[in-house]
Amino acid sequence: MPTPEELQKISTQVRRDVIRMVNGAASGHPGGSLGVADFLTVLYFAIMRPDHAQFTMNGKNEDIFFLSNGHVCPAWYSVLARYGFFPLPELGTLRKLGARLQGHPSTMEHLPGIRIASGSLGQGLSVSIGAAIAKKMNGDKHLVYTLCGDGELQEGQNWEALMFAAAKKIDNLIAVIDYNGKQIDGPTEKVLPMGSLRAKFEAFGWEVTDMNGNDIPDILRVLNAVKSMTGKGKPNMIIMHTHMGFGVDFMMDKHEWHGVPPTNEQALNALGQLQETLGDY
Amino acid sequence: MKDYIDSGSKDTRSGFGEAMNELGRSNPDVIALCADLTPSMKLEAFARDYPERFIETGIAEANMICIAAGLTIGGKIPFTATFANFSTGRVYDQIRQSVAYSKKNVKICASHAGVTLGEDGATHQNIEDLGMMKMLPNMTVINPCDFNQTKAATLAVASYEGPVYLRFGRPKVPNFTSSDQKFEIGKALILNEGVDVTIIATGHLVWKSLEACRILEEQGISSEVINIHTIKPLDEEAVLASAGKTGCVVTAEEHQRNGGLGDSIAQLLSRKFPVPVEMVAIDDVFGESGTPEELLEKFGLETIDVVKAVKAVLSRKKT
Repeated sequence: MPTPEELQKISTQVRRDVIRMVNGAASGHPGGSLGVADFLTVLYFAIMRPDHAQFTMNGKNEDIFFLSNGHVCPAWYSVLARYGFFPLPELGTLRKLGARLQGHPSTMEHLPGIRIASGSLGQGLSVSIGAAIAKKMNGDKHLVYTLCGDGELQEGQNWEALMFAAAKKIDNLIAVIDYNGKQIDGPTEKVLPMGSLRAKFEAFGWEVTDMNGNDIPDILRVLNAVKSMTGKGKPNMIIMHTHMGFGVDFMMDKHEWHGVPPTNEQALNALGQLQETLGDY
Repeated sequence: MKDYIDSGSKDTRSGFGEAMNELGRSNPDVIALCADLTPSMKLEAFARDYPERFIETGIAEANMICIAAGLTIGGKIPFTATFANFSTGRVYDQIRQSVAYSKKNVKICASHAGVTLGEDGATHQNIEDLGMMKMLPNMTVINPCDFNQTKAATLAVASYEGPVYLRFGRPKVPNFTSSDQKFEIGKALILNEGVDVTIIATGHLVWKSLEACRILEEQGISSEVINIHTIKPLDEEAVLASAGKTGCVVTAEEHQRNGGLGDSIAQLLSRKFPVPVEMVAIDDVFGESGTPEELLEKFGLETIDVVKAVKAVLSRKKT
């Protein structure tokens, strides 16, 4: 099991990968990707620890993860490659013609680690519920994790899913909201204020836990704590507080960096702030 | 012509329901999901006998489609059940991304398709569904013609790996295909051999086309009648062979002309074997309230409309 320091090294390298990938593609979504790098690193390297050598679509007898806000896939692709699902150099193919690393995650190209397409928002929580029900039916005690954006919660389907999961006691599911308060048109509080997410989730019948998504020890502590709360008749929600663009000063907390790639000059500046810990791809 | 006998009119949705009961018994991976229409979808017996494999989602079709996609990841074979209107337009993006693009083994089962659901009117009469579904890559689109065939189709799609849109209807219609038929996805069925004209029909219009064939025969016109239960993938070989023999084609369906079976047939023929085509279909209007019979007449989907279309296409046929 990697130490928090080792996890930090991985997530710093993931951030470097993200900057280099979206710069190389001259398109993509760096802001959210930088924000969730710590969470995805900890989830894969310290919590789920899936078998990368034998990726199976059905993920029987292991924890599985779904990314609902597909646009932050650069961070996910980097974590998958760093974990061993596919060769590191493939990270350089993001968004290129013929690449398995599509602009948003896809199963058509059979990239190991991906179980469903995402990108059009609001669908991942429902998919995760389906996968969680299948695990229960199969007598598989492992968990299903999913990550959704906070702006994504404006899609009504999420609230269908939230209502359903509590009513049907989907207690082998841990949903995580990337609560960075930013979306394309500006701060979520300006675009469409959503009030208290905690109050809403609790009213829908979920267990709700807060987590600092840019603090590796806190991610470890909370994920382990919430894991121990599964199997008790209620679905679990983590409100993960993050900063869009975390780790790169000029991107941090700036909604403008949702879906804009850094120029070469900006990329150099950003990479100067992120130490190459494991070797670039 | 070959004689087809109505063994007693039944609704196609009951064929679906009966097949689901069989699948409940025979296939432990089959899951039924329903969005608050269990009696209408004829799933009451399945829900009663296999409660652990019946998922009531409430009136939340988007959630239902994506839950089904998730279930496939655990190796399940989910059948989603609601009306055609709520099975397609309402959830198009969910089907597009989580089912078709992701190539998930979801069976989208749609009842009350077309105008023959009747009195509920245009809000519930989906007559664009075949077009929406056939445009999606990876999607198989099936529209059986009677109770027996709907039952056979439901059983068949359970053993087929991949996304399927299975369309059926509300009213009781003649049940004339064999009760022990083997349903082959993508295989056109030649119901009557003829030489003057080819009538290609799907769903409820297959029986109407057989009736038209009988009338035409009395007038000395020999029609080849083909039941296309699988709109996609289309049995191109069968269509081309018949068009090659007769030299003109009439299509018949309870659907918009835009995007329907006729549109698929015309595309094929214009590319590979151009012959005159006439289409019995709905002409770019919404449905409305009425009895199924009244609506079929109003929208030009009756036996007589097939006969007229045959006359029209014969007048255009090169001799």
